[in-house]
Amino acid sequence: MRIKRLFGIGFLPVFLVLCIFLFLQSDFCPAQEVGEVDILEESSTPPPAAPTDVKAVDTPNDNGHSITVTWTLSVDDGAGLGNVVSYEVLRSDAPDGEFEVRGLAPAGEESFEDKGAKEKGDANYLPAGVDFYYKVRAKGDGLFSDSEVSAPAHAYGQWYHTGKTPVVVAVLAFSTFALVFITLARKGKKLYIRPLAGIEAVDEAIGRATEMGKPILYILGLGSADMIATIASFTILSRVAKKVADYQTQILIPCNDPINMAVAQETVRAAYLEAGRPDQYKEENIYYLTSMQFAYVAGVNGIMLREKPATNFYLGKFYAESLLLAETGSLAGSIQISGTDEIAQIPFFVAATDYTLIGEELYAASAYLGKEPILLGTLKGQDWGKAVVMIALILGALAATFNFQFFLNLFRIQL
Amino acid sequence: MRRTLPIAVVAGVGFFMLIQYFIPREEFETLYEWALDWTMVIGAFAMALGLYSLTNMMLNKVKRKSEGWGFSLVALVGLFLMIFVGLVPHYQESLRYGTLFMDIFEYIYIPIQAAMFSLLAFYIASAAYRAFRARTVLATILLVSAIIIMLRLVPLGPLSAVNQWLVNFILTVPNMAAKRAFWLGVGLGATATALKIMLGIERGYMGRD
Repeated sequence: MRIKRLFGIGFLPVFLVLCIFLFLQSDFCPAQEVGEVDILEESSTPPPAAPTDVKAVDTPNDNGHSITVTWTLSVDDGAGLGNVVSYEVLRSDAPDGEFEVRGLAPAGEESFEDKGAKEKGDANYLPAGVDFYYKVRAKGDGLFSDSEVSAPAHAYGQWYHTGKTPVVVAVLAFSTFALVFITLARKGKKLYIRPLAGIEAVDEAIGRATEMGKPILYILGLGSADMIATIASFTILSRVAKKVADYQTQILIPCNDPINMAVAQETVRAAYLEAGRPDQYKEENIYYLTSMQFAYVAGVNGIMLREKPATNFYLGKFYAESLLLAETGSLAGSIQISGTDEIAQIPFFVAATDYTLIGEELYAASAYLGKEPILLGTLKGQDWGKAVVMIALILGALAATFNFQFFLNLFRIQL
Repeated sequence: MRRTLPIAVVAGVGFFMLIQYFIPREEFETLYEWALDWTMVIGAFAMALGLYSLTNMMLNKVKRKSEGWGFSLVALVGLFLMIFVGLVPHYQESLRYGTLFMDIFEYIYIPIQAAMFSLLAFYIASAAYRAFRARTVLATILLVSAIIIMLRLVPLGPLSAVNQWLVNFILTVPNMAAKRAFWLGVGLGATATALKIMLGIERGYMGRD
């Protein structure tokens, strides 16, 4: 009877449970199957081993608001269980205090830079001189393990950026060359400087304007007064304006920057004074047009077509407007001398103007025009600097070919 | 004194700017940022100077009825109109779309600027015509190189692979070598110029002694 009851009533639920179990195991219900296996795996997999040897040190060559944390990889990172996904870096101001997450590093990474803000009000502020404690958390599949807490470390700013040592050496060596040649020039040593066609043509260009009774147009470019090309242009303007004053012709300088205008006015005024013709100076010929690039082009092109200047100088920093200016000047029949340190504009100037000062020639032009021995001394120093660079390039190519890392590391700069 | 003081200021500021590059400390960073702020302040004051210069020159042209005085009148009207619509009626909203200020900027100024820029295409053609005339060996090399580079985007069938190799060679070997030589020269030249200015050897930009 009991057996009958077992088979008649008790067997039915057992049979149903068995059917459900088989159904769940079958292909008809794959999602449920994966979920179940996942849960089983998750609960059975241990967390990844914690990273070890956590060290925190001040980040070198910085302003004092950064600490670098290093660690030895978890044994489960790439080996062992292989379940490390990332490392979380945590920071606290006390070894047993509350740790906050400062950042995440991917698996395989052994360091993290905890870079804070320098402003006190900033949420990410990291004060200099305050001790901090770090620990690193190995994370994987929702499980994690924390490392030991590191020894305290504090950030502080450095007085010298060691990664820039090659730059210091280069600046000192180059300055020494320049100073040696300036001293030699002061003592009266004759220095030979190769002639530049663009500079030789300056006298001819100013003479042409005088003969034609037409003005000279001098464009300082679109650079601001703190750019080296603009400063070089001011020094050339000083020389050109002196010759213009000597020849008693007119110079027009439309500016795109009010500061450039003020500096140009003073420069030209001084040149006229030096030439003994202060009465010839006209401040209204040096004026501000606009700071907008293409509006400036329209204004200058208008001047070229109306005034028909005999000579155009384009010296300074130029961008897309270079060809628009130079082609208009060419169509207006002016003799044109250009110079810039913008490499992309050099081909335009070479194609559209009569003479072009390429890159460093723009900086050297003032020394050429002035012919003062001291200025020529700096050019000679520059030439020696170039010779050293050329030798270093050849040695560097050989070192790279034969894998002399020591020599190559001498030139490595860390910014 | 009138000569020594400006040179001392230039030398002092120049030397500070040089050494701050090698000192990463916060105090030096702050001083550097402070110096940059000052250049902006000076720039803002200089803008008033520029505005005076521009207005004065344009007014004189209009008064004297010099050649092209009508353009000066348009420039003056444009200048004061933009100041008026930008400041007076919509001061708070002048930089929002839909205001008269932004409409003038967007529908008049930007198209004029685009027209000016588009002239560059025609000027490149005329300049290229002059530059690429094969009168000398160097001009011929330039012409051939330019043709190879320009053909890069043209489908040439089996020749495309050869042309692509040539383009890569031209850009990465002779072109890159010339560019690097240029940059090295510019770097040394800039250092020499800075040195000349800091030592007071070059003073042409300072005006009167």
